[in-house]
Amino acid sequence: MSPKTPAARTRKPQMDSGRPGPARADKGEVVIQTSKLTKRFNGTITAVDGLELEIRKGEVFGLLGPNGAGKTTTISMLCTLIRPTSGKALVAGIDVRSDPSGVRKNIGIVFQEPSVDDLLTGRENLDLHGMLYRMGPEDRKKRIAEMLDLVGLTDRADDLVRTYSGGMRRRLEIARGLMHRPKILFLDEPTLGLDPASREHIWKYIKLLSQEQGTTMVLTTHYMEEADLLCNRIGIIDNGKLIQLGTSDELKAKVGQDIVRLRGEVDRQKLGGLKFVKKVRQDKEGSIEITMTDAAKNLQALLGACGTLDSVQVREVTLNDVFLHYTGREIHREEGEGGWGERVMQWGGQRG
Amino acid sequence: MVEFDAIYAIWLREARVYIREKERVIASIVSPLLWLFVFSTGIGGSVAGAGASYQAFVYPGILVMSILFTSFFYGLYIIWDKKLDFLKEVLVAPASRSSVFLGKALGGVTDAMVQAAVLLIVGAAFIVPISPMALLYLIPVLLLTSFSTAALGLFIGADMTSQEGFALVSNFVMWPMFFFSGALFPLQNISGLLRDISALDPITYAVDAIRVVLLGTGAFPLYYDVGVLAVFAAISAALGLTAFGNLQQTK
Repeated sequence: MSPKTPAARTRKPQMDSGRPGPARADKGEVVIQTSKLTKRFNGTITAVDGLELEIRKGEVFGLLGPNGAGKTTTISMLCTLIRPTSGKALVAGIDVRSDPSGVRKNIGIVFQEPSVDDLLTGRENLDLHGMLYRMGPEDRKKRIAEMLDLVGLTDRADDLVRTYSGGMRRRLEIARGLMHRPKILFLDEPTLGLDPASREHIWKYIKLLSQEQGTTMVLTTHYMEEADLLCNRIGIIDNGKLIQLGTSDELKAKVGQDIVRLRGEVDRQKLGGLKFVKKVRQDKEGSIEITMTDAAKNLQALLGACGTLDSVQVREVTLNDVFLHYTGREIHREEGEGGWGERVMQWGGQRG
Repeated sequence: MVEFDAIYAIWLREARVYIREKERVIASIVSPLLWLFVFSTGIGGSVAGAGASYQAFVYPGILVMSILFTSFFYGLYIIWDKKLDFLKEVLVAPASRSSVFLGKALGGVTDAMVQAAVLLIVGAAFIVPISPMALLYLIPVLLLTSFSTAALGLFIGADMTSQEGFALVSNFVMWPMFFFSGALFPLQNISGLLRDISALDPITYAVDAIRVVLLGTGAFPLYYDVGVLAVFAAISAALGLTAFGNLQQTK
């Protein structure tokens, strides 16, 4: 057999890249499982609506969605911070409703908002955490040193957290989340509001943890590149429902592989009829954007179907396109024309 | 279920934060002295014929007031924790809510006891002699008063999200508790409705107990005062424990 199997072409290595085939779903024990998980606030607002999810040991799972989609509510339910209205969720094999403290022992959480106490030092925060998780004094001391070293805060350990920068606080939170050796680590928007250097720092730790310690991680984000870079599998959630699930590559392949942007004489009807074309749309500036499979093979045919062109741009589909494709369509259906662009702008605005 | 290491962890954090907030330490030392001066010198001087004996009479009232206000206002810090999001860290820990509640309440008790110590030293030096034996009786009374009011404050704070709201509610709870407690006037002299209301106010029994111990006069026997305080502590603790059990992430 040739060493260059098609599997070797995938850009991002999976945790189980050593074993070929579609068997990924059968590997590893399920550590998080939800069925019909629902949360309604005040009886009317449905934040999470019948969520079905399965996350396996060692996975880095990304939960993507626009603001208000239900990501944080989902995580809060899995972490036993809020009670589900109905449905079931098992975390580390334990029911979040019947044994919340059993769940708590097995998980670590890095919150969206910093939750370290800024009148304590970094070391004191970690020590308090260790005590709350009933670690012995010797173990705490050893583990604090390890964790501080991991996130590079050893030399600032005895300063009050009040004097830390945003990136340092987040790193301290990550250290704290891992302090008690949890089986599953939840990260809710771990890099929200951080500068690019701090974000890369955090990404580095997350990758390191996943690769070296095999910690199962569930993270929410609305930074697409973050999800692309870190996650083995991604679930897109909108209006409290899981609307797409798969690896980054799978999701991209569903939408198409490449996007071609044309300006000039283009017959949209004719292009839409080609079998490798998945979607044709006109953007605000009048360019035609075509989502298609395998541009390397099919570009010739595509261009042949057009008249004189002023410009041609080809790029690969990104997770961004996937996200807009799915969450945009939802909005389209509800609000009609105009909602789509509005949503894009809103979403763009949220990223700052 | 109660875990002592978790209670200790929460208490330790409260104590550390308390010591680091210099304003709080200074306030806890200065404000009881201020009250003592205003009431025992100012009002005492204007009450005809009261003089030195009114100073001694009102001293237990000031001691209780100081404890009541400090412990009760401790409930504010639970709202502060919610704002800081620190509460979430504690709520997702495997420690039981009872331990979290007890650790918090003990933090409030510690705060109040620092004030009480200042008042006891000043009181013993200038106002009324306090024997070691009296101190032995006083400490449980003070602890019981402080714990029950701290629990009550945490009970109210657990359900609230704004500090302003808490301050408003506390004024409706604390001031009546103080005024009807007989801290400023002898209960034996009043009658009718006022007396009935006072009898329902648990703080009445705290003031009375201290008067019995320090001055040898009171409206009720000591065991009765302590009994009522113990019931009050049990009720407030039950309320606080229930409220903490129901605490969820609020945003």
